[in-house]
Amino acid sequence: MQSLQQDPLILGGKTFHSRFILGSGKFSLQLVRDVMTYGKCEMATIALRRANADSPENILDFLPEHLTLLPNTSGARNAEEAIRIAHLSRELGCGDFIKIEVIPDTKYLLPDNGETIRATEILANEGFHVLPYMYPDLICARHLVDAGAAAIMPLGAPIGSNKGLRTKDFIRILIDEIDLPIIVDAGIGTPSQACEAMEMGAAAVMANTAIATSDHCAMMAHAFRLAIEAGRAAYLAKLGRVLDNDAEASSPLTGFLQD
Amino acid sequence: MRVNGTEQTLAQPTTLAQFLAQQGYRVERIVVERNGEIVPKAAYASVQLCDSDVIEIVSFMGGG
Repeated sequence: MQSLQQDPLILGGKTFHSRFILGSGKFSLQLVRDVMTYGKCEMATIALRRANADSPENILDFLPEHLTLLPNTSGARNAEEAIRIAHLSRELGCGDFIKIEVIPDTKYLLPDNGETIRATEILANEGFHVLPYMYPDLICARHLVDAGAAAIMPLGAPIGSNKGLRTKDFIRILIDEIDLPIIVDAGIGTPSQACEAMEMGAAAVMANTAIATSDHCAMMAHAFRLAIEAGRAAYLAKLGRVLDNDAEASSPLTGFLQD
Repeated sequence: MRVNGTEQTLAQPTTLAQFLAQQGYRVERIVVERNGEIVPKAAYASVQLCDSDVIEIVSFMGGG
């Protein structure tokens, strides 16, 4: 269908045809390539950590070459730490995309929206394409727009929880009011939840734990891809109306055999 | 010298490039921060390490 083929996602001036962003955490290096391939992903997140000289294998050797890498700033507890991680990540030569995560809370892993806005502004001014992970708050999202974010990544539920779209009503407000791609990130546990987010008009879905904690990761990546594509097509097609009461026959109301 | 949080003693004058090679790091997969400043790769051979240095050697790994 023409409308689906002409439905690219533009982030940081780059065109994507996949709306499934996959986190590369919790997978073995051998498995990570398979999940990206079965998910038909074009963008994947990675993390920056202290290097280990004893394990020369690196995730960059295993990820498909066509992927756009989205380094995250996990581990950062304030804007300064996020900026430091962003600078180190850019130095590794994998592009200018950065997913800002500023998480001072170790129990629920909830982000600090204020520090996230501050880091976004500084890094966007330095030329980064900034995708900030945030608690879905309309006022903060507007500040992120002003700060120069390339997209907004509201959480559906706490990171790694697989609880689904618990913040649905607030994500819907962001979709309605914010003129940037809204990428639902964190907490999405099933393909049906990813599909629901896309039906609502989310621009993309990011997932990691839902795939990594299933018994067959590559098959689950495939399932997420199908669900995200289905949800996007449904959004573009516009969902049919819902009746308040009664019913409406789908079959013709004439020519019954008893007439 | 402190490297990735661990104290290390330099037996002899060593450049950053020599240290990374001795330890077995793949230079193309790491970034080095020395005393809070990123060291450009082109400078590895000319940076002389000293006992007061705080070095961070980082690379990408899986993460969501």
